[in-house]
Order: sequence, then C-alpha cells, then structure tokens
Amino acid sequence: MTLELFAVYATLFLLSVGAVFTLVAAIGLVKLNDPMTRLHAPTKAATVGIGAFLLASMSHSFALGQGSFHELLVLAFLFVTAPISANFIAKVNLHKRACDMPDAPKHDEMWSTLDVPESDRKIATEKNGPATG
Amino acid sequence: MTKVLNWLFPHPLMTVILAVVWVMLQNKVSAGMVVFGLILGIIIPRATAVWWPDRPKAIVTAKFVVYCIIVVWDIIVANIEVAWIVLTKPNSKLRPIWVEVPLDLRQPEAITLLAGTITLTPGTVSADLSNEGRSLLVHALDAADADAVRDEIKHRYERRLKEIFE
Repeated sequence: MTLELFAVYATLFLLSVGAVFTLVAAIGLVKLNDPMTRLHAPTKAATVGIGAFLLASMSHSFALGQGSFHELLVLAFLFVTAPISANFIAKVNLHKRACDMPDAPKHDEMWSTLDVPESDRKIATEKNGPATG
Repeated sequence: MTKVLNWLFPHPLMTVILAVVWVMLQNKVSAGMVVFGLILGIIIPRATAVWWPDRPKAIVTAKFVVYCIIVVWDIIVANIEVAWIVLTKPNSKLRPIWVEVPLDLRQPEAITLLAGTITLTPGTVSADLSNEGRSLLVHALDAADADAVRDEIKHRYERRLKEIFE
C-alpha cells in the first residue's frame, strides 16, 4: 500500500516536472527571435520534459501492478534521434543563410553544408547572398 | 575457436543490446524470449556486418557507462540552466556565438556521439562539420567566451570519448 502511494506521488511529481519543462520549451520557441537561438529551447527543454512524462507513465504502470519497460526504449531512441533533427534544422539555417554565418574553420577549407560543387556555387550565391565561411 | 566466435559475434555488444531490446519490447522476462532475442542478436549483426566495414573494434564498456551517467546528469543540469535563461534573460542580453571545436577524434562513430552529446547538453547545439572532418561547428545560446566553451567540450567529453574508443 505504501509503495503504491509512493508510486502515485512519484507520478504526480514527474508529471509536474514534465509539464513545466514542456511549457518552458514552448515559451522559448515563441520568445527567442533568431533561428539558431530558437533551436535551443525545444531540443533541450523538450528532452527532459518528455523524459519526465515517460518516467511518469512507467511509475503509473507499476502502481497499477502492470509494470512496463517500453518507456525506457522510447527514451533511449528519443535521446539518440533528438540531436539529429536539431542538426538538420541547424544545417538548413546555414544552407539558407538565415542566421549570422560562422567564420571559416581554421583547419579546413569550409563547413561541409556550404561545400557545394564548384559548378553550383554561383547559383547558391545568387540565390542566398554571398557565401561567407 | 576465436575465429568461430568472431564470425558468430562480429559485434558482441550489439548482440547483447538487441537481446535486451527484444526482451523489453515483450515487457516480460521469459526464457523463450531471451533465447529468441539472442538469436536475433546473432543474426542481425551477422547479416549487416557487410555494410559496416570500419566499425570500431572494441569500446571500453566501463568507461562508456561512466560517460552515459555524466551525460544524463549534464542533460538535467543543462535543462534547468536553459529554462532559466529562456524565462529570465531578455533577448537583447543573450550572447549567442559560434564555437569551432578542433577534433582529435577520427572515427565517425565517436564524432557522432560527441555531436549528439553537445546537442543534448548545456546551451549548445552542434551544427556542422568542416569538409575534411577536422572541426565541429557548435552554436552556443549564451556564452561570454568561445574559447571557454571549446575547452570545456574538449576536456569533459572529447577526452573521455577518446579513451572509450581507443
């Protein structure tokens, strides 16, 4: 009985944490005003927000006596895939030159997103403004 | 004997992970499911070994576990920090900068892990790789000094990944 009560309170706590972080992610998405900074809010706050929701679902299922481990798998795959979508959005920003452009790398010629074939470089410049970096 | 073992288990860790994932998908531990998971864990790495020729031969598993614990801790701290920045700092006071991290790591798997870690942790998103793969481009949400961010990434994550993959 006590264990069940503990699981219920754990669920309550985790749900609140998840709700707060998801709300912060949403506020960040609205408040931040630059494509690259805007990317920071959902990639971070959302991982812990969703993580907390999933753990809440787990503790709830254990409180009901039907333990479930699927959430751990969801969590693992989420943590593996979340950076990739963030990376893609960042690359699109770079490609469209929608943000302040970074300096060219010190060790190599250029950043790989900007490394278009020689023949296409003119088109890319006309469309998106001069390539920096 | 070792030859047979190498042929059967081209990637022992992947065998274990696939078996564990299979058992977790079933949601209950039973002997039959463990055996079936192990069968999958042997067949899948064997069948896909051809498409992954230069895979890392071995990783230091103990150090990898320590690394995962550090990263999870950092993710929690990072979330609170970023939430605080989002809620309290006006946009005009943010100091977003690009940081270039020169890479000592050479294996693609290690660089992928580093980039993923950077995206999940304190106020940084990894954006791009240089065309020869010797630098990583990182965007920081609010940092005074690009060098400090670079040194922390190199010291805290890259050094550990280097130990794991070598």
